[in-house]
Amino acid sequence: MSAPQIHIETLPRSIVLLLVLGFVALAAFPFVGSDFYTAMVNRMMILAIFAMSLDLLQGVTGLVSLGHAAYFGIAGYALAFITPQDQPISLYTSLPIAVGASALAALVIGFLVVRTHGIYFIMVTMAFAQMVFYLFFDNRALGGSDGLYINFRPDALLFDLENKRVFYFFTLACLLLCFFFLRRVLWSPFGRALAGIRVNEHRMRALGFGTFSHKLAAFTLAGALAGLAGYLWAAQTGFVNPELMGFHLSAHAIMMLILGGMGNFAGAIIGAFAFEYLLHLFKDLPDIGAFRMGKHWQLWMGLFIVALIILAPKGIVGLLNRWFGGSGTRQGGEHG
Amino acid sequence: MDLVNFLIQLLNSVQYGLLLFMLAAGLTLIFGIMGVVNLAHGSFYMLGAYLAWSLSGLLGSLTLAIVVGTLLSVVFGLALERLLFRHFYHRDHLDQVLLTFGLIYVFEEMRSILWGDDVHGVAVPAALSASIPLTDTLSYPVYRLFMSGLCIVLAIGLYLLISKTRLGMKIRAGAFNHEMTEALGVNVRLIHAVVFALGVGLASIAGMIAAPISSVYPNMGSQVLIMCFVVVVIGGIGSVRGALIAALLVGLVDTFGKVLLPQVSGMLVYMLMAAVLLYKPEGLFKQ
Repeated sequence: MSAPQIHIETLPRSIVLLLVLGFVALAAFPFVGSDFYTAMVNRMMILAIFAMSLDLLQGVTGLVSLGHAAYFGIAGYALAFITPQDQPISLYTSLPIAVGASALAALVIGFLVVRTHGIYFIMVTMAFAQMVFYLFFDNRALGGSDGLYINFRPDALLFDLENKRVFYFFTLACLLLCFFFLRRVLWSPFGRALAGIRVNEHRMRALGFGTFSHKLAAFTLAGALAGLAGYLWAAQTGFVNPELMGFHLSAHAIMMLILGGMGNFAGAIIGAFAFEYLLHLFKDLPDIGAFRMGKHWQLWMGLFIVALIILAPKGIVGLLNRWFGGSGTRQGGEHG
Repeated sequence: MDLVNFLIQLLNSVQYGLLLFMLAAGLTLIFGIMGVVNLAHGSFYMLGAYLAWSLSGLLGSLTLAIVVGTLLSVVFGLALERLLFRHFYHRDHLDQVLLTFGLIYVFEEMRSILWGDDVHGVAVPAALSASIPLTDTLSYPVYRLFMSGLCIVLAIGLYLLISKTRLGMKIRAGAFNHEMTEALGVNVRLIHAVVFALGVGLASIAGMIAAPISSVYPNMGSQVLIMCFVVVVIGGIGSVRGALIAALLVGLVDTFGKVLLPQVSGMLVYMLMAAVLLYKPEGLFKQ
């Protein structure tokens, strides 16, 4: 099967400190940053939720999904469909519907894909995500290639999500809740079983675990949380299009996990911020003569990815852990 | 649908299926023998199409462009294998996915820098530009028949290469047991390089011969890549025979789906894949 990889499940003190400082910085940011950057950090937080949801599959269970964006997009589209043209819809009905739609899609697709392994799983998740992509892309009734507009953010009764700052803190709260929820899941019997499946699925089956149902549950839960992220994205931007389900977003999420480090959810957050920041940097590069560096951001990103995968396959958290000699548990060998 | 229309669609679906096979054969061989998942395989198709466009402009003949373009692609494939892919044969699939995803970005932008972002047409060679009249209003272009014919010739060549030659025997032995083959004195590294370059060459030829009918445009590799994944999953990874049958099946379903059920045509192929997965999770011809 797959080569051994390092998983730091217990967060070293250096990382915990970094996270606490990060959360303080995030809480303070809207008061010091401009509107433009606050909106950007808001999107980064949403993508951090998305990356964490993938981490449950990729880092914890060892299932590399190259189609996770489908569940991100489905919840966004669900919000677009149920929001009326002339008035907002309640947060308390639309959020469960949108997340439920993603979870249902993940359950159905998961039922088919979870029975495959390794390379098949990668290809099949990608193919099904592409199927969802074309379903929306080809049908004018579903928005077609142009996508759909959402005229109102959901109505939360107690607070006003139309206010940028309120929405920012709502997103931050979702991010924290997701993080603590997933950390609980990681150390629950269910999470331990998922980690066991990653390390040795045959042995887990021999021990009497229903690995199919565990993997399907993880796939569905990950899809639901990706849906939460997609819902927030659609609410923030007021717009959905098939790109939200595209292959590139799925691959970006994998990149975030590689960048940050897998299997502990903290890495997913760090990776999402780092990746989106890099993307922003590359797109903002100055022109050199007639050569527009920023326009060719994909070239720099591509070279960066290739260099990263050759030089530092264990991500930022792995690097920090090595530098600070953290006490995190290590599994597997150094070579991989 | 009358008989003539049916015939035209059938020919189209066979032609599309054979084109997919050219790509999927390389993808499935590279995976089956070296264990590498290559997301950048679609980029080789794009490379071929752009080579056909710029070389046929330079040399004045598509035939000449295909010959020169194939040589260039094979050299490119050998260099890529030597510099990058060779070091990833024993790495995790996740690393391979990321490496090749990064390469998609790099190739796509290199294309943008070298050739620009415009859509280009490639002229069908004069000798093949005729059409065979079927009825008063319907006809079938000779070039599409030529494409299918060339693909069939290459498919037969591939079959003979793998099953009848000494090199093919070494390729199969290397796929079956790498260490043992090496111990017997076969240069497995060389075999890997040859297989990789073969895959790149086939994908590039597919792009070159498809250029006159599909035109040449940015991101043309991505969509075809995903179709190839579907073909490889249906056929079973590592099986060239499976890839051929699956590619023809996908060609049929896709072409007739577009005519008969246009609303869901984009999804039909994936439903076919879902059905195969339920029935045989490892594909129809898993080796």
